[in-house]
Amino acid sequence: MSEHAGTAPGSMPSRASLFIPLVVFLIILALLWRGFSLGDPHALPSALLNQPLPEFALPVLHEPGRVVGSEAMHGEPFLLNIWATWCPTCRAEHAELARIAEEYGVPIFGINYKDNPAEARRWLARYGDPYVFSVVDADGSLGIDLGVYGAPETFLVDAEGVIRYKRIGAVDRRVWDTKLGPLLAELRDAS
Amino acid sequence: MRPDGVLLRSLILGLLLIAGHGQASSIDVYEFDTREQEARFHALNAELRCPKCLNTNLWGSDAPIARDLRRTVATMLREGHSDREIRNYLVSRYGDFILYNPRFTAKTAVLWIGPFVLLFLGLAIIGVMIRNQRRAARAGDQLMTPADAERVARLRAELRQDTSGAASRS
Repeated sequence: MSEHAGTAPGSMPSRASLFIPLVVFLIILALLWRGFSLGDPHALPSALLNQPLPEFALPVLHEPGRVVGSEAMHGEPFLLNIWATWCPTCRAEHAELARIAEEYGVPIFGINYKDNPAEARRWLARYGDPYVFSVVDADGSLGIDLGVYGAPETFLVDAEGVIRYKRIGAVDRRVWDTKLGPLLAELRDAS
Repeated sequence: MRPDGVLLRSLILGLLLIAGHGQASSIDVYEFDTREQEARFHALNAELRCPKCLNTNLWGSDAPIARDLRRTVATMLREGHSDREIRNYLVSRYGDFILYNPRFTAKTAVLWIGPFVLLFLGLAIIGVMIRNQRRAARAGDQLMTPADAERVARLRAELRQDTSGAASRS
C-alpha cells in the first residue's frame, strides 16, 4: 500500500498548485478593479499635447470683417475655450472663466463652435464676456483640427502657441485649482 | 448622374433605412467624382470610430462630430488624399482611438501580440501536463517488482479459472 501512495507525480496535484485558481481569480479581480476605476471612458488623451496650435484664419465674433490666426493669441500663456450657446455646460462654466480671467489676469480666447453668431453675441451680452475675443468656427473645421468632439473644451497654450493641457468638459473650481492653475503658474515661471 | 447610379443610391438609402435606427442617421448625401472614391468613402466610414460615442463607427453615429468627420473624410477624398493620409490626419487629431483597426505601435503591441502570447502559454501548459502524465505512467510501470508481477499473473489466472468454473456450473 505505502509504496503505491504518491507514486505518480502529477497525478495528484501538489499543494502549491492548489493555489493556482485563487491566483488567477485575484489577477482577474485586479484587472476588473482597474477597469472600473478608470473613470470617464470619454476622456481621451489629446493627440495634440505638446503640439503647436493648428493654423487657422477665422473671423472675430464681434468684428466679422477681421480675420485672425493663432499668432493673434501668442505672447503669453493663455486659455483657449471652445463654447457655444447650444451647450448648457458652457453656460455652467461661464462664471468660472470670468473669475479666472479677472483674478489671474490670464487671457482667455474663445472659439464659438458651430453656433449662430448673432445669438452668440446676445449670449455674451447677457452673461458677460470673459474673452479677449472669440473666433467664429461656424462649420467646426477648426474644432476637427483641434481634435474637439464636443463643447466645452479648454486648452492651456504656452506663450509660443504650444498646447500644454486639454480639459474636456467644464472648467470648474476643482479643475482650476488642481490642474490648470498650477500648470499656468509653471508656464509663467518658465517664461 | 447615370441612371444606374440613381438606382444604386436609392438601393443603398433603402437598405440603410431598413437597417434600423443606428444606420438611419447617415442619410446625408455626398457627391463623388468616381465610384472608386465613393467606395473608399464607405470603407473609411466603416473603419473609423466616432470619438463621441465609444462604440459606433462614423456611419452608425448621429453625433454632430460624426457628421463633421464624415464631411471631412468626403472633402479630403475629393481633394485627392489617399486613405492613409486621411487616417493619419484623423489620428494626429483624435489619437489611435479613432481607428477600429489599431495600428501596430509600441502602445498597441500588447493588443496584437497578447493573444498569441496567451495561446503559446496555454499550449505550453498543456504540453507540460501531458509530459508529467506520461512520466507518471512510466514510473507506474517500473514500480511493479518481479515478485509483484508474478503475484498479479497468478491472481489473474485464478480469476479466469473461477469465472470459467462459475460459467460451466450455471
